[in-house]
Amino acid sequence: MRVAENLNAALHAVFESNQDLHLLGEDVLDPYGGAFKITKGLSDRFPDRILTTPISESGLVGVAAGMAIVGTPAIAEIMFSDFTALAFDQLVNFASKSVTMYGRHLALPLLVRCPTGAGRGYGPTHSQSLQKHFIGAPGLSLYEISPCHDNAELISGILSRATPAMLFEDKILYTQQMFADGRADDLFSYDFPFPGTDIARVFFDDPDATDCVIIAPGGMVYRTLKAMRDLLLEHEISCTLLVPARLYPFNAEPLLPALRQTTAIFVAEESTAGGTWGSEVAQQVHSRIWKELKQPVTLIHSADSIIPTAAHLERRVIVRDSTISQAVAGSFHG
Amino acid sequence: MMSTLTTDSVADAGLSPLADDDLRLMLMIRHFERKLLSLFELGELNGTTHTSLGQEYIPVAMSALLDMRDFVFSNHRGHGHYLARHRDPCGLLAEIMGRDGAVCNGVGGSQHIFRDRYLSTGVQGESLPVATGVALALKRSEHGQLACAYIGDGTWGEGSVYEALNMAELWGAPLAIVVENNGIAQTTPTTKELAGTIAGRAKAFGVSHYRTESTDINRIRVDLAPLLDRVRSRGEPLVIEFATYRLGPHSKGDDSRSPEQMRRVAEHDWYTRYAAEYPAQFAAHDGEMRALIDETATEVAARPDSTWDNL
Repeated sequence: MRVAENLNAALHAVFESNQDLHLLGEDVLDPYGGAFKITKGLSDRFPDRILTTPISESGLVGVAAGMAIVGTPAIAEIMFSDFTALAFDQLVNFASKSVTMYGRHLALPLLVRCPTGAGRGYGPTHSQSLQKHFIGAPGLSLYEISPCHDNAELISGILSRATPAMLFEDKILYTQQMFADGRADDLFSYDFPFPGTDIARVFFDDPDATDCVIIAPGGMVYRTLKAMRDLLLEHEISCTLLVPARLYPFNAEPLLPALRQTTAIFVAEESTAGGTWGSEVAQQVHSRIWKELKQPVTLIHSADSIIPTAAHLERRVIVRDSTISQAVAGSFHG
Repeated sequence: MMSTLTTDSVADAGLSPLADDDLRLMLMIRHFERKLLSLFELGELNGTTHTSLGQEYIPVAMSALLDMRDFVFSNHRGHGHYLARHRDPCGLLAEIMGRDGAVCNGVGGSQHIFRDRYLSTGVQGESLPVATGVALALKRSEHGQLACAYIGDGTWGEGSVYEALNMAELWGAPLAIVVENNGIAQTTPTTKELAGTIAGRAKAFGVSHYRTESTDINRIRVDLAPLLDRVRSRGEPLVIEFATYRLGPHSKGDDSRSPEQMRRVAEHDWYTRYAAEYPAQFAAHDGEMRALIDETATEVAARPDSTWDNL
């Protein structure tokens, strides 16, 4: 099953089970069903609870937050996550702050869905990965879809926690397959070995005896998997990939035993360098087990550049599987 | 249906008599705000505050038209809105002073208060989309209730206002937007920050608009009652514009208006006009409310610091 189908089915499931849930977004009505078809079929089935909105990202997130404040759970779809910049005030100054700024905990079941990332030639303002700009806002949680995590479980979990959350959805990942039955592909398996976390582990053979650990959000999984295959077959370097669904708040503590055993640790993400999720993860690892590390955590991200539109130029900027495999191989071979 | 209704201050040649309860509430707000400014001068308050001196009659006029199941959104200049809703000078002053018994444990302070369907935020325009969402949720689950959001003339510079007006009208949200047009945004006169009119802006969205220059709350209520009934029953948003006057500074000591301007502003003050027209009734309640606020301030100041278990 493709990730987009899994996500669409997940939305159908949460709308079936939650009679109060609303969804707002631009062009989300059938037969169109949203720019990436993730909301397809919802408005036909739940016409009163799916609202197609004007082109007003700030306004629609604010309306969703208003519903949430009176106990009506709401999902807002931002057509391209680049446009979350327009809703920054509602997310950072209102929804997330409202959880605590009134002196007591306030339930606010709000989820903002954000189709994210490059690789489709949409150019500088429709391709970015802006997760880093939302990290560290108290009361705001960041999640990312992945081929490892079932979206029905993920979304119902987010809504039941009833704090404002953003779900970043890699646009290339939409078209790729969900992992199933413990298999990522013919070579790699996956499991969830860290109790109390949502972190998936993708590995070859013995996960406790790999040369390196790569930590990456869901949008990076297929690229990383391709790099891991190349590293294994061409360089005899075995890698384990760790994929959290919740990017922030992030707690590295449960991973430390696995990280202590490995030779090298990498964090791969699509955003540009500077103030990234990866540096947050690296800082946590460094401050806890610095003396036990053989080398500092290596960050892998896209070039310090806007994202060009032409395919050959876009490829030069965005993290690819070869970016990852070169970074890993380079650290082993010098 | 869209309409623009206007009443003007000519009708205020004689103010109609106030119910004791309304007068007392207006006086409670007046003395509360004055007390805040004097506490600031004494160095007793932390941070900043925005008083509603001159505008006290607006939330008092509105309070009789709203019930506790309606949701009220307030802004940075919200003490009057809160007191008209909850009549709780102790809790509000404790919030502003960071003392035990604070409505929000001293976390929100003057500009960020949430209590029983009353919510204020400090960022201009931010509340209107939220109020639209609340109005839509109320329409679905508690038909007949509305969301009422107080904004100022300066707030109309924010894009969120127009996004909200558009959605509220499109979706039939029971939303009443109360505009306290006091002619000045911090230090900038409305003539330098607002092109056209608020009426024209509401009209552009097909949203009904009512404007009054009156400070006679009995007359205002008579005008507004049928309009708010329509907001409730039909889910039609409404803009209610009060042409009003800010007697005090934006926050503390930051008033750049000339003495001549301030003299004109003072001519509109409901306080001196009611005092002149109904001296016996006024004097008795004025003294009592002044004393109440004095006692409140002394009592609250003596309380221990507020506690917050989040840290």
